Amino acid sequence: MPTSLTWLPRILASLVLVAAAMGISRWQKIGLENDMLLAVVRAFAQLVAIGYALDFIFGVNHPGWILLVVGIMIGIAAYTAGKRGRGVPRGKRVALIAITTGAVLTLGLLIALQVFPFAPRYIIPIAGMVVGNSMTVTGLVMARLYDDIKLQRPQIEAALALGATRRQATSLQLRRAITVGMTPIVDNTKTVGLISLPGAMTGMILAGASPLEAVQLQIIVMYMLIGAAAFSGLTATFVTYRQFFTPAHQLIILPEQK
Amino acid sequence: MSDKFQLANLSLVLPNNVQILQRVSFNIPAGKITCVIGPSGSGKSTLLRCLNRLWEPPPTTVFLDGVDITTISVLELRRRVGMLFQSAAIFPGTVAENIAYGPALTGQILTSTEIDALLERVSLPGDFARKPAGELSGGQAQRVALARTLANKPEALLLDEPTSALDPAAIYHVEETIFKLRDRLGLTVIWVSHAIEQVQRVADQVILLVDGAVAEIGSPAHLLESGHHLTEEFAAGRL
Repeated sequence: MPTSLTWLPRILASLVLVAAAMGISRWQKIGLENDMLLAVVRAFAQLVAIGYALDFIFGVNHPGWILLVVGIMIGIAAYTAGKRGRGVPRGKRVALIAITTGAVLTLGLLIALQVFPFAPRYIIPIAGMVVGNSMTVTGLVMARLYDDIKLQRPQIEAALALGATRRQATSLQLRRAITVGMTPIVDNTKTVGLISLPGAMTGMILAGASPLEAVQLQIIVMYMLIGAAAFSGLTATFVTYRQFFTPAHQLIILPEQK
Repeated sequence: MSDKFQLANLSLVLPNNVQILQRVSFNIPAGKITCVIGPSGSGKSTLLRCLNRLWEPPPTTVFLDGVDITTISVLELRRRVGMLFQSAAIFPGTVAENIAYGPALTGQILTSTEIDALLERVSLPGDFARKPAGELSGGQAQRVALARTLANKPEALLLDEPTSALDPAAIYHVEETIFKLRDRLGLTVIWVSHAIEQVQRVADQVILLVDGAVAEIGSPAHLLESGHHLTEEFAAGRL
């Protein structure tokens, strides 16, 4: 395992592409140069920092580190998804519940079924993918539910007025939100390998693994992401919609999305 | 005649500290049509929504047949007290599916004969049952919404300006249907309306609500004679 930045010359060479992009931005007066510069510096700093951190954690190989790192990942993901579903009351807490459920169930099953051993060098990268995916699904579900419930208030209140529970009155919206949350990952899984080679697999091949090895890992990754999306999408849906109602099945006045 | 609803000092403040209703007290006689009128923002819709707990009234402020409605199961209350809104809010599916919605919530399946009878009650032909609900005109949709509410066999109806978007012929149909429901089934009706002609046609009792408080109450004739300047403006069609 390389413990220093032996690839630095190649990284510097690849900066030529960023320079080209910035040139185009200036030439076409797009005005993205500063953003790009910031992005380039941040990506470098964040990734190098995480590289050293992981190098250290893999070396120590203590399960406590797994919990710490996965916990931080979930926290950041919940904050991000909660911001996406801004109109949802207690949105960050909702996102935290949904992402934690998705991550714990998915990782727990993978470990219990002995797909991956409970060691930092396996669980941390896998958790990154699982949590990232749960974050996207949770954000989509929350935003969709907010929009649909706000827009379809008349139908929902008509159903409530007929004696429907809050769950019955929003059954259409709940189904649609789960669908919207899950569709991207299902579509991705259907077309994987046909349109693009996914990141994990590309990385393994570039790092010298045989394509067949890489493909097997990728299959597991896709399956696990479907599970994570389903767990967190479902949890997000059922925790989110409750935030819009009182226990007496009354639809609250929805806060404006800031 | 007994009172269906009794309101006792009903006050309501929204979470954003806006006072909507101020110590509203009146009785709604059973088997009669009570109209609620007043300027926009006077709290008419909110008042109506307190009667089936789409908004939560404070305890011991609203009574149905003498029972505090906050002590009744909210789902049961809403089946006993039906509501029609300004928009018919028809659900996707057929007319029959819309009508069967309320009973289905408690596991009751309406027969096609029962659905035909409900359609007849709102003066729509039986072949409407299979129609996609999306193809209805505004007036037809509102009558389907009424049939959908009647499927729950309510004792009272809350009408939140259900005819405000309809043409005169459709308004006539809805009014005639409501009269029949009052006269044949003894339904108690609370009707929020903007149209003075309508109030004069349909109301047994009128309540004028101003800034969330009851300003006048009485028969339509009494209200016009009372000389309240808002009643006069309402009569002149300026409210």
